[in-house]
Amino acid sequence: MKIAFTSQGTTPDALMDPRFGRTAFLLVYDEESGQYEHCDNRQVEGVAHGAAVQTARRLFEMGAQVLVTGNGPGGNAASVLQRSGVQTFIGAGGMTVERAYEAWKSGKLQRFE
Amino acid sequence: MRVAIASGKGGTGKTTVSVNLADLLAQHRPVVLADLDVEEPNSGLFIQAGTVHQEAVHRMVPSWEADQCTFCGVCQEVCQFNALIETGSEVMVFRELCHSCYACSELCPVEALPMTPMKIGDLSHRRTGALDLVQGCLDIGQEQAVPLIARTLDYLGERFSRDTLILCDAPPGTACPMIEAVKDADFVLLVTEPTPFGLHDLKLAVETVRGLGRPCAVVINRHGLGNADVEAYCRQEGIPVAARLPHSREAARCYARGERIHPHVPEVAAQLEMVAEFIQRIEQEGAA
Repeated sequence: MKIAFTSQGTTPDALMDPRFGRTAFLLVYDEESGQYEHCDNRQVEGVAHGAAVQTARRLFEMGAQVLVTGNGPGGNAASVLQRSGVQTFIGAGGMTVERAYEAWKSGKLQRFE
Repeated sequence: MRVAIASGKGGTGKTTVSVNLADLLAQHRPVVLADLDVEEPNSGLFIQAGTVHQEAVHRMVPSWEADQCTFCGVCQEVCQFNALIETGSEVMVFRELCHSCYACSELCPVEALPMTPMKIGDLSHRRTGALDLVQGCLDIGQEQAVPLIARTLDYLGERFSRDTLILCDAPPGTACPMIEAVKDADFVLLVTEPTPFGLHDLKLAVETVRGLGRPCAVVINRHGLGNADVEAYCRQEGIPVAARLPHSREAARCYARGERIHPHVPEVAAQLEMVAEFIQRIEQEGAA
């Protein structure tokens, strides 16, 4: 399983970015290989509208089945995520990515539907 | 002649000036008042008039045809507004993000994104005496004012000759809707208030109007409030101040009741007369 995190940095000890559409990075953990890979999403800073749709595209390209984030996506992003089949979990805003992974693994995060 | 009545800051009195000036001018000559502040068109609240024309306004957006699509990704690649996304099993179109540029539709190799009309608002044309009121009104939930403003301007062009005096009540700010309303005006009246906020936003509006190569003058509303910095700025920049509408409680009362101000507040009427004369001078200079 590949799990994507919205993060403020590129390593597992980075803090989560609570935002989905305007997250600084997407960090994807591959449970099979134990490897992290990241995608720099900071170019959305200059995007006036549709940031979440652009971020969702990057998320799909990275092939994650699960998304862990903070606040929960807004309207457009929510409908994209729902229809794409990516399971979304929220409430990991204040954590590091590692902690967020543990919280998700132990079922402590709320499913966003 | 087309005169846009604009401002940087909201709430400075664009509609007050537009409505009262149009009403005053219409006592002597035909005038068109066009409310281009389509997100909140208020001019019509002050004018009772009979309907001449009404139409629904649409803009074109892509609609996805599942049977044709090969999920090649071209559409989401070419869209500059993130209005399309492939989710794996479908292409989702966010119509409110679409700018109707046709790129996805034209570049789709299998014609799976035909453009279809989406209603965005209404245009209405009403008349009372020598005053015509043309107004665009954006539907609730629509985010893009520009296509409706453009259609309203087109309608004005179809319906009235270029020498008809048209006063355009423009949207506030200096973003795309304001630019659309101002870019083809022969003259721009910038309504401001003599406060630091008013001045700050006036400077932005002046830069915008100059960037568009439009001549402008300033109308100071609620004169007597704030300070003299707006006057100093206009002097320094060589921008004429066409009139100074006094800060008047009675004027505010009239506005709140939905009444025209000039019949009740002579000090305001006198200043509006000055604006009317100013416009007529420009008209004559343009004709000469």
